[in-house]
Amino acid sequence: MTLLAEYLAAGISTGCAFALVATGFVVVHRVTGVVNFAQGTYAVVGGMVAYSLLAHGLPHVAAEALAVVVSGLVGLLVGLVAIGRRGTPVLASLIITVGLAILAYALEIVIWGDLPLSYDGLPGVVTIASISVQRQYLLVTAAAILAFAGLVTFFNWTYLGKALTACFSNPYAARLIGIDVTRMGLIAFGLGGALGGLAGVLITPLRSITFDADVGIAINGFAAAIFGGLVRPGAALAGGLVLGITEALVAGYYRASYQSGIALAVMLTLMVWQARRRAGEEA
Amino acid sequence: MLEVSNLVVRYGAATALDGVSLAVARGEMVAIIGPNGAGKSTLLNTVSGLLRPAAGRVRMEGRLGHVPEGRQLFAELTVDDNLRLGAWQVRVRDPGPVYELFPQLLPLRRRLAGTLSGGEQQMVAVGRALMSRPDLLAADELSLGLAPRVVETIARHLGQHCRETGMGLLLVEQNARLALDLCPRAYVLEAGRIVMSGSSEELSRSPDIRAAFLGGAIEESV
Repeated sequence: MTLLAEYLAAGISTGCAFALVATGFVVVHRVTGVVNFAQGTYAVVGGMVAYSLLAHGLPHVAAEALAVVVSGLVGLLVGLVAIGRRGTPVLASLIITVGLAILAYALEIVIWGDLPLSYDGLPGVVTIASISVQRQYLLVTAAAILAFAGLVTFFNWTYLGKALTACFSNPYAARLIGIDVTRMGLIAFGLGGALGGLAGVLITPLRSITFDADVGIAINGFAAAIFGGLVRPGAALAGGLVLGITEALVAGYYRASYQSGIALAVMLTLMVWQARRRAGEEA
Repeated sequence: MLEVSNLVVRYGAATALDGVSLAVARGEMVAIIGPNGAGKSTLLNTVSGLLRPAAGRVRMEGRLGHVPEGRQLFAELTVDDNLRLGAWQVRVRDPGPVYELFPQLLPLRRRLAGTLSGGEQQMVAVGRALMSRPDLLAADELSLGLAPRVVETIARHLGQHCRETGMGLLLVEQNARLALDLCPRAYVLEAGRIVMSGSSEELSRSPDIRAAFLGGAIEESV
């Protein structure tokens, strides 16, 4: 029973990290219509930049915060290349993001090498009702919840958030009322970068990262995001949790090498069921 | 207030507008009528700055509000949000005046724009354009897909608003009768050129216009 609870706690926090990556996909897609496959890269960049800053003696929190800012700037850069030219087709932008993610491999190997990197997270263990949970897991969960609350508030309650939604809802009308759609897309890309970076700096202490860790991160994040149709942050959070918890249970009770495969299969099953139900409602 | 001179707009090799000139004075209500594909929407989109002309000039003093063809609302946002976003370029974002103009919208303010009827959506589209407090409102095919009575209501409200606030109106319409009733002056656009212009009264009497746009005597008797 205690064991199950500990697996669940680990699963929830991993799921929250996936959900953070997922929100990056959601934010960019919601505003620009682009599926940004460089989303996993931000997490890698975030983790690696935090590693370097910590190695240079910068204290925790400052190092991680700076790494998130750098990831946001990388996101902005990706956005400039992918959607900076007005009239770039959405599919072309998507391919550009794939290309940039591969280009990032080269840069990451040049700067950080190809060995796994990690650093210490929040030390210690908290015991709640005889279940011990690593503090870092709690931190990931808390950060994800805060990020979600922030995003939902931003998109549903602020004027800028609504203008961002308007850009995707009807780009032509958004331009008519004077919204600079390209600039809004760049804001979304920067925000997506920061969210990916946040996931990265939080995951790195739990599982070391390599330059090509972005694929695994992006696939899980994308699976969570598509659960919410790439537009709903709440559903993306649910998707992330399903993935994370399944992974932790498979790794705990069966074998860790099967965790991703089984988790994604469960996700796929859920999505097929969801699509069936939706089709049933429409019929 | 608006001066368009010798405007030429091309889509690739096709010429959509071929030397169009027109003017709208401050507070004036002017209609542009013409058949489908005459270049009416192209003209408005160029005046709004969405299309770049190949030649010619658009001179606009003051702010232009644009009600696009097909309404083009933000379907996933509420009526209230649609209206507020219309004020993106100005500081005052209170949609109150629009609800005064179209009281039907007030009970619908929390509804998603995509769930409204065509007429209600058209009111939101007009309202959204009014939110920027334009000096000139350019409206594209207000009547598209709407029942005549609904169109009349919207047109009447709009005309009243123009007279009360001194806002100018540039109305592009396939429904020539509606346009000529609402606006005292009109241009006729055909195949990218202005082929006739003058007071709406004169144009309504012209046999060519009657035959082409007003359905001659047949519609008169309806």
